[in-house]
Amino acid sequence: MAKESLTPGEVRDMMLVVADRIIEAEPILTDADRALGDGDHGVGMERGMAAVKEALAGQDFPTVGKVLLSVGRAMMSSMGGASGALFGTLFRAGGKAVGEAAVLTGKELALILKDGTEGVMTRGDAKPGDKTMVDALYPAAEKAGEVADLPVAEALAAIAAAAAAGRDASEGMIATKGRAKTLGENSLGKPDAGAVSVAIILAAMSEYAAT
Amino acid sequence: MKKLINDPLKVADELVEGLVDAYNGECRHVGTRSIVKTHIPENKVALLVGGGSGHEPIYHGLVGRNLADGAACGDIFAAPPPNIVFEATEAVHRGKGVLYLYGNYAGDVMNFDIGAELADDEEIEVRTVLIWDDVCSAPPSQKQNRRGIAGLVPVVKITGAASQSVATLAELEAVAKKAVLQTRSVGVSMSPGSIPATGKPTFEIDPDKIGLGMGIHGEPGVGEIPMATADELSARMLQYIFEDFEKDDEVEPLAAGDEVLLFVNSLGATTMMELLIALRAAKKCLAEKGIQIFDVLVGPLVTCQEMSGISFSLTRLDDELKKYWEMPCQSVCFSKMEGRYGG
Repeated sequence: MAKESLTPGEVRDMMLVVADRIIEAEPILTDADRALGDGDHGVGMERGMAAVKEALAGQDFPTVGKVLLSVGRAMMSSMGGASGALFGTLFRAGGKAVGEAAVLTGKELALILKDGTEGVMTRGDAKPGDKTMVDALYPAAEKAGEVADLPVAEALAAIAAAAAAGRDASEGMIATKGRAKTLGENSLGKPDAGAVSVAIILAAMSEYAAT
Repeated sequence: MKKLINDPLKVADELVEGLVDAYNGECRHVGTRSIVKTHIPENKVALLVGGGSGHEPIYHGLVGRNLADGAACGDIFAAPPPNIVFEATEAVHRGKGVLYLYGNYAGDVMNFDIGAELADDEEIEVRTVLIWDDVCSAPPSQKQNRRGIAGLVPVVKITGAASQSVATLAELEAVAKKAVLQTRSVGVSMSPGSIPATGKPTFEIDPDKIGLGMGIHGEPGVGEIPMATADELSARMLQYIFEDFEKDDEVEPLAAGDEVLLFVNSLGATTMMELLIALRAAKKCLAEKGIQIFDVLVGPLVTCQEMSGISFSLTRLDDELKKYWEMPCQSVCFSKMEGRYGG
């Protein structure tokens, strides 16, 4: 049954589904990054999400924020590279944004995505249109602000759709950040690997909330 | 590619373990994956370097006597995560702050910056100097977009020497910045290295072509040119460095009478024979301009597995930088006597 809100235990279970979906998608992420970067994004995300599973499985968390901080810390310390810093920052900034919240509703989602996206933009010195993970995150955060009053399952469905649209839009952008930037116009026609990961993460969250 | 390894996922951990063994007590393993000198005097301003593994001898091979105090080691070709940077920071700190000195790559900057924030939480003062010597990776007006390549060896050597005597972190930062500003490199690649875990090449290039200005991970440079002779290629490469000094408002052009350190680096597979032929060509180019070679460094110090290619780095030396260059230093992979060759 589609959920109105999620307890910290449910947020933990949702993040375990996210971890599985990212691990399954490793070949897709590797191919996306090989086209534009150095091809290590898939393996890095797989390693990060394996660490997330280890950090979350069987653990009790008092708040939503603690679950997300744990996810961020696991990714940051296991992945290295730019991806580890950026995805770690996303979840850590998101976790700090909801402080002591005992449930996850559309309102918390909006706060998590707003602060998480701002954290990533600051850390990576990136803005929308640079062909980075921000191109999936930014529209997702904007949508989250619009749907903050909806039940969490409906909100996540709309947010995941916005992220997917952002990922698709990144195909038409020219890279200006990371190792892809030296490709210039040759980066056209392919999505950014980080944006692909963001879309998978939000789709997996939506999948969990809908069932 | 035949690789003498064990578990492909443990390559970085095992190479660092071996490096500690090679240091034979001079350095120790700290935390997740850092190498730190066993004896660091109290009240010494600390120097921490670091970056992805797989480019040995850098960075972790440049820890040692009159060199860096420690290195934060990432996985193969990947920046070290913030917890590793922080563990190394805590281990080298002796009450006078820590200078982070590393190549300008986005992943390294982000992870070292988070490491610095963690250090700040523990009231350890950190300053950062980025190395951006690759003149083919961006114009002089966009140094923030330049990569750090072989020039990091002279910069770390000079800064490590300075760290023995400076009184404050700010003084060490100033020496490092000066060394970075006066160091410019240009590299070429002829064939790729391989990724140890997968065996796959790091990039592809036509067998008859040379990647001019290509980065040490195969990042595109100026473009691909037909294979050339050592003399032709060396002259063309040095011309990029001369032009860069001319175009950059922050430095004077290289002029007759200037004294430089000339470093000829192999990216791994290129042989000492080829380096020496290139060195001879470079010396002629410098002589034509009246530029004096103060000292010479030649060998594979910044590598990418079995990648073939070379780089030239020039560091213009003033009296202060000369003094630090002339100090002896010793590590497993890079040692020099006091003074200079022929001096």
